[in-house]
Amino acid sequence: MTTDNGAVADTNRFQNVQGVRDDLKEVNYLADDGIAGVAFLADRLGKPILVEGPAGTGKTQLAKSIAEITGSKLIRLQCYEGLDESKALYEWNYKKQLLRIQTERGDNEDWTEMKDDIFSDEFLLTRPLLEAITADEPVVLLIDEVDRVEVETEALLLEILSDYQVSIPELGTITAKQIPLVFLTSNNTRELSEALKRRCLYLHVDYPELDREREIVLAKVPDITESLADQVARIVRSIRQLDLKKAPSVSETLDWARTLMILNIDTIDEQTAKETLNILLKYQTDIAKATKELSVDD
Amino acid sequence: MLELLNGFVVELRNAGLPVSLTENLDAMEAVQHIPIEDRDAFKYALGATLIKNHAHWRSFETVFEVYFSLRGPEYKIGDGDDETDIDEMWREMQEQQQQEGNGGQGGMDGMTPEEIAQMLMQALMNGDQGMMRAMAKQSVQRFAGMEPGRPVGGTYYLYRTLRNLDLDGMLDKMMEQSREDAPDDLTSLEERLEKEEYADRIEKFKGEIEAEIRRRLVEDRGAEAMAKTLRKPLPEDVEFMHASRDEMTALKKSLQPLTRKLAARLARKRKHGRKGPLDFRNTVRHSLSYGGVPAEPKFKYPRPAKPELMVVADISGSVAAFARFTLMLVYAISGQFSKVRSFVFIDGLDEVTDYFKATEDITEAIHRVNTEADVVWVDGHSDYGHAFEVFWNQYGKDVGPKTTVLLLGDARNNYHASQSWVVKEIQQKARHVYWLNPEPKSYWNTGDSIVGEYGTHTDGVYECRNLRQLEGFVEKLA
Ligand SMILES: Nc1ncnc2c1ncn2[C@@H]1O[C@H](COP(=O)(O)OP(=O)(O)OP(=O)(O)O)[C@@H](O)[C@H]1O
Ligand SMILES: [Mg+2]
Repeated sequence: MTTDNGAVADTNRFQNVQGVRDDLKEVNYLADDGIAGVAFLADRLGKPILVEGPAGTGKTQLAKSIAEITGSKLIRLQCYEGLDESKALYEWNYKKQLLRIQTERGDNEDWTEMKDDIFSDEFLLTRPLLEAITADEPVVLLIDEVDRVEVETEALLLEILSDYQVSIPELGTITAKQIPLVFLTSNNTRELSEALKRRCLYLHVDYPELDREREIVLAKVPDITESLADQVARIVRSIRQLDLKKAPSVSETLDWARTLMILNIDTIDEQTAKETLNILLKYQTDIAKATKELSVDD
Repeated sequence: MLELLNGFVVELRNAGLPVSLTENLDAMEAVQHIPIEDRDAFKYALGATLIKNHAHWRSFETVFEVYFSLRGPEYKIGDGDDETDIDEMWREMQEQQQQEGNGGQGGMDGMTPEEIAQMLMQALMNGDQGMMRAMAKQSVQRFAGMEPGRPVGGTYYLYRTLRNLDLDGMLDKMMEQSREDAPDDLTSLEERLEKEEYADRIEKFKGEIEAEIRRRLVEDRGAEAMAKTLRKPLPEDVEFMHASRDEMTALKKSLQPLTRKLAARLARKRKHGRKGPLDFRNTVRHSLSYGGVPAEPKFKYPRPAKPELMVVADISGSVAAFARFTLMLVYAISGQFSKVRSFVFIDGLDEVTDYFKATEDITEAIHRVNTEADVVWVDGHSDYGHAFEVFWNQYGKDVGPKTTVLLLGDARNNYHASQSWVVKEIQQKARHVYWLNPEPKSYWNTGDSIVGEYGTHTDGVYECRNLRQLEGFVEKLA
């Protein structure tokens, strides 16, 4: 497969949707049909995935796990307010350039030659986006928490996301040697631009269903019994149904399960549940609400 | 296939979902990689290319079901010749029942209601998806009484099917069974978890029945016609005054991300791009430290200090939901105001500011507003005139040039005296006064609505029928 601009795509990374699911399971990531289906499609269409959903539901882990099962290098761009081109794409190494100019002074090298020289690869500092494009080996590019950058900065990403290329005024256009699998994650703190969304496949990762959460606990917490994992998943589901400021995430479920293991608990009774709620819930009002709920007999 | 997909995309657009040309093309490419028989993956593939906003997912799913429900091996309707997976499942279940000595043969027709109930309970207790689906299909066949061309809606068939299955009693029976089966007494925690699990399964089973009815209706009437009857507004377009319970839940869900985004947007607005004209004196003053060179230009901030907000809301039946959402939205961005005070009324008026101060939990505060506020004076029918009078007498002194007052309600005054002079007084003292009305404009000033009379003394009356309009207003306000 060739894209319009001539970048050559890898041969397909996955056989079919079920294959993605199975492979992910091998590395202890439990996917559902949506997650596996969209990852499969992203590979086939050569398109980035925009992953949204509540905190701690495995968005970042998904990219990491996909990198692992495809034997790709994971390149991560962590976004923050104020992130700019020089940190995301590339920067010229001014110090080195300056040094070069100074050492050459006196030799009668003319300026054009000098300019060609100091604006060459040697003086280029590659940042994650450019690194992902120029890599020879297969790459998974994770652009984490993209909603943190300003809308204007989003524009930096557009060229890469649709054409897998970067234009550097002094060097021309650099086209990808291989098409990286790109994941963008967002915690949805602001509306992303239409232009960005149009270029991506969209995946909403929500809190897992009961069965999947139990599987996650089993996979991630060593030595936990089926029955304890089941109880954990059920109680968490029950608590998520309350009207809370912040519902427990998967990471909190895992923390809770690990704590119960340390405390040597094999079945959870009301007392234990109440005493350890502070691991699942972060706000005092939420803890109070859940405690009250768990005590009422209805 | 492409034709089907085109019809599907057209319907999505009809339902208000924004699908661009690129996205349409992506979807066409996507379906070439995932077989339609793999229904879930197929659905997510289409979703990933066409839907970029999670709040739109439910609408998408409905349309998807209508357009693709008749595809895939499990879903063929019809009895006899072409055996489907589901029919096979049904046969297996029956054989099992027979071995246990309680059950007839063939379809459900040969079974007594008790036998059916028994079998359903077993399917639900086992929690087996396939079995529940098979049960749903058979139940619809036997009980819904669907006839081709009959012009009744899906809800009627749903009602008929559910009535015959007596699902209401099912949860209790299942709990009883579960208590019997347990070696020890169930603790209250176990009871709770068990009950939730069963309730969840029953809901899913109802969903299966609905889906089955829908499939049959689609077969009878065609996808296009069905899609049209099922078309529902997106959460942001749902009318506050006519929202069903489900819609209300969806609304509440979409409120949180919406307020979060709104708050972030407003915070950013405050931080950036706030420069006004050059502040000459300040620049000169600072230039002294640069030896008189005005190196660091200083600008005037064009916005006066944050306003103080007073919300006065009618919380009687028909407009209660609207008041609730407005209060939640306002408090979620209360950082944008120097102070927020809130008052609620029906025919009496009460200040509820403290409820919001006492807790970080807006939902809880709203709950207290609904249960504790003292808003009834005579008969509990809206009396704007009296409520406004009370407001003016008790709190009028607190309205000042920094105050923005929001009046919320449909201004249906039950033909009481309007006392609109209060609004006029407020307008004279306050910085701004606005009226937000959840009714469609075309209803204003009909019957006992006197929003026009109040409106003349405000800086504007705004139609806020849905979240989209409300958000628009609040953003302008902050
Ligand atoms: N499906 C899953 N399978 C296995 N582990 C999971 C799964 N989902 C989440 N986890 C675990 O939960 C934890 C949180 O996941 P992660 O950090 O990827 O969440 P996130 O969605 O990126 O959160 P945030 O929005 O806060 O960045 C990790 O330890 C991860 O391994
Ligand atoms: Mg993350």
